[in-house]
Amino acid sequence: MASTIKREQNLDKLFSIITFSAAFLVLAIIVSIFISLFRESLTAIDAFGFFGFVSSTAWDPVRENFGAATTLYGTLITTLLALAMAVPVALGIAVFITELCPKVLKPIFGTAIELLAAIPSIIYGMWGLFTFAPLMGEYVEPLLQRVFEPIPIIGQLFTGVPLGIDILTTSIILSIMITPFISSIVHDTFALTPVQLKESAYGIGATRWEVIKDVVVPHAKTGIFGSIIIAMGRALGETMAVAFVLGNKHEIATSLFDASATITVTLANEFTEADTDLYLSSLFYLALILLGMNFLLLAIAKTFLARKAKS
Amino acid sequence: MIKGRLQLEQTAFCYLAVTSLGFDTVNRMINVVTLKQKIRHSSPRYSSISHLFNSPFITLKHPLFILCAKIIRYGGNIMKKQLFVLALLLLLPISSFAGSTVNGAGASFPYPVYSGWAFKYQKDTGIKINYQSIGSGGGVRQISNRTVDFGASDAPVKPDDLKAKGLLQFPAIIGGVVPIVNIKGIGSAQLNLTGDVMSRIFLGKITNWSDPEIVELNPGLKLPDANISVIQRSDGSGTTAIFTNYLAEISKDWLAIVGAGKSVKWPVGIGGKGNEGVSNYVKRIKNSIGYVEFAYAKQNKLADVVLQNWAGEYVSASFDSFKAAAAGAKWEQSKGYYLWLINAPGKASWPIAGASFILLAKDRNDSSRQAIKFYNWAFDNGDEMATRLVYVPLPQNLKDDIRSYWKANGL
Repeated sequence: MASTIKREQNLDKLFSIITFSAAFLVLAIIVSIFISLFRESLTAIDAFGFFGFVSSTAWDPVRENFGAATTLYGTLITTLLALAMAVPVALGIAVFITELCPKVLKPIFGTAIELLAAIPSIIYGMWGLFTFAPLMGEYVEPLLQRVFEPIPIIGQLFTGVPLGIDILTTSIILSIMITPFISSIVHDTFALTPVQLKESAYGIGATRWEVIKDVVVPHAKTGIFGSIIIAMGRALGETMAVAFVLGNKHEIATSLFDASATITVTLANEFTEADTDLYLSSLFYLALILLGMNFLLLAIAKTFLARKAKS
Repeated sequence: MIKGRLQLEQTAFCYLAVTSLGFDTVNRMINVVTLKQKIRHSSPRYSSISHLFNSPFITLKHPLFILCAKIIRYGGNIMKKQLFVLALLLLLPISSFAGSTVNGAGASFPYPVYSGWAFKYQKDTGIKINYQSIGSGGGVRQISNRTVDFGASDAPVKPDDLKAKGLLQFPAIIGGVVPIVNIKGIGSAQLNLTGDVMSRIFLGKITNWSDPEIVELNPGLKLPDANISVIQRSDGSGTTAIFTNYLAEISKDWLAIVGAGKSVKWPVGIGGKGNEGVSNYVKRIKNSIGYVEFAYAKQNKLADVVLQNWAGEYVSASFDSFKAAAAGAKWEQSKGYYLWLINAPGKASWPIAGASFILLAKDRNDSSRQAIKFYNWAFDNGDEMATRLVYVPLPQNLKDDIRSYWKANGL
């Protein structure tokens, strides 16, 4: 009897050790990636420092003068624009599917959204390059330019030659890519709204719009926020699709029709042929900054969610 | 030691196969294997059971095989047959990885021709060349670290670096760069440009196709009054290195403002990823100019530009003009053939050519000999395939020179 108990206890111990080491592995991988990125970027850190690197718009492989400002800017601007376009659409989709959609159509829309998330990014890139960018360059962007360019201040965003290979096209493609992430998570959290809450709102005479606005959405706030963070992470790290349609130019763009470059695209483009130590190290440094940025973003999201959960 | 172990495994395999299935069944299965190999490689490699047991096919130390073997050995009788069939089927696709292998890595530009040669070489000699196109930078790094038998680079490694890293270098194939344009009404080999005018287009100093300097070079050609869109390669590449080296050679401004390298800070224009990216942008964007590899331009029938060469003649990109450039150049063994094949002397020479180089480790004679054996074979038998893949083979005088270089280095 005693031996059986002992054996069970040992098994328990063994099990917890196994699961612990599985969890620990994740931590170890993350830390080792951080360490190796840091070690590889030491040469660049020595040469440019942190603020010097982040604020410098130079990217000149010939003279070995590197800075992260242009790519950082490109990464952030495309991500923010993509979020600005994707969030409203994704929320609309989620609201429609959970609250308004006829039951028959629900699985159809739901599956379609999930399929959209399953498309590999290279396919978005090819579709973007061969189909979407020409459409943008020939029809959409000239139209936008005609309408908006005469307006002062805003007009600045629509200057330049609309080629379809630019920030606007990239942001739209990115927004299509991240929409399913947001909408499927938000849809799940919407579905978690207690029926009693909704029923009582309807009971006191609220309209459907009021129920959605005042009950469902506030209840799902953390879910919405979390989904946006996840989507942002994906947009920040997106490489292949962006490489095809952004034009890969190391410059601070002031117009939506300008080409730009992001960190991941720069890495993908230049890593294989980076032949000097400082060049390679600068690319590692860019990767480190991106990883740090993602990490920071996640940390902010986590603390926000934790505070939310407390209150 | 390894060999002994492999033989042990072979025997084990023999034993397992025959005891569990019987001789006939195995022989029949080998027929199936042979048929499959025939379809895949167009020449049979295993024609009978004795072949199989003597061939590299069963020298595999694939963990799956070992696992299956163990199960068959210790497992129940009933499952033996099925398991063996399963093991054999699983091993089929990996069978081609067996045999002696020479590993190379580097430039992506010559990858199609090297892998084409490798395929034929393996058929002729049974030696497998495993070439991975990881990029020139990676090729130089890997041979410097001695992790491959040979490295390949589109840009020649400087003599000092060769010495410091203990490397030998020789050219293996010629390629080059062709400027392409998309202007309405202008087809292949119609637009004339000089290196100087082209450098100023890529500097953003000449911005309109009807600029008097361009018009002057093209009497009788109708040029539009339109802005020039400049397209370049966004990813680091040997193509860009050759092109920018040419512009830097021609134009002092270019050298001072931009310089030369695999990736540079372009003053104007947008960047496409790879040859296909550049050519796609050029095709789509009206009044644009870009540059791609010769093979790519040729295969896709892009509108290429006629350039003024070293002798002042206007030449278009062709096999002949590339060969002329390679034949006229001053290669020097002492420098490890360090040479940019740009603005090469000769009346018929195309001005923006370049060789793709092979790098060998000086201190690893066995590996280097294996690699040289392959390239020696390719120099003799590979010209036709290279031409078919739109690469320019080395001229005979250069091949002979390289052979003497090998000899001089004791290989």
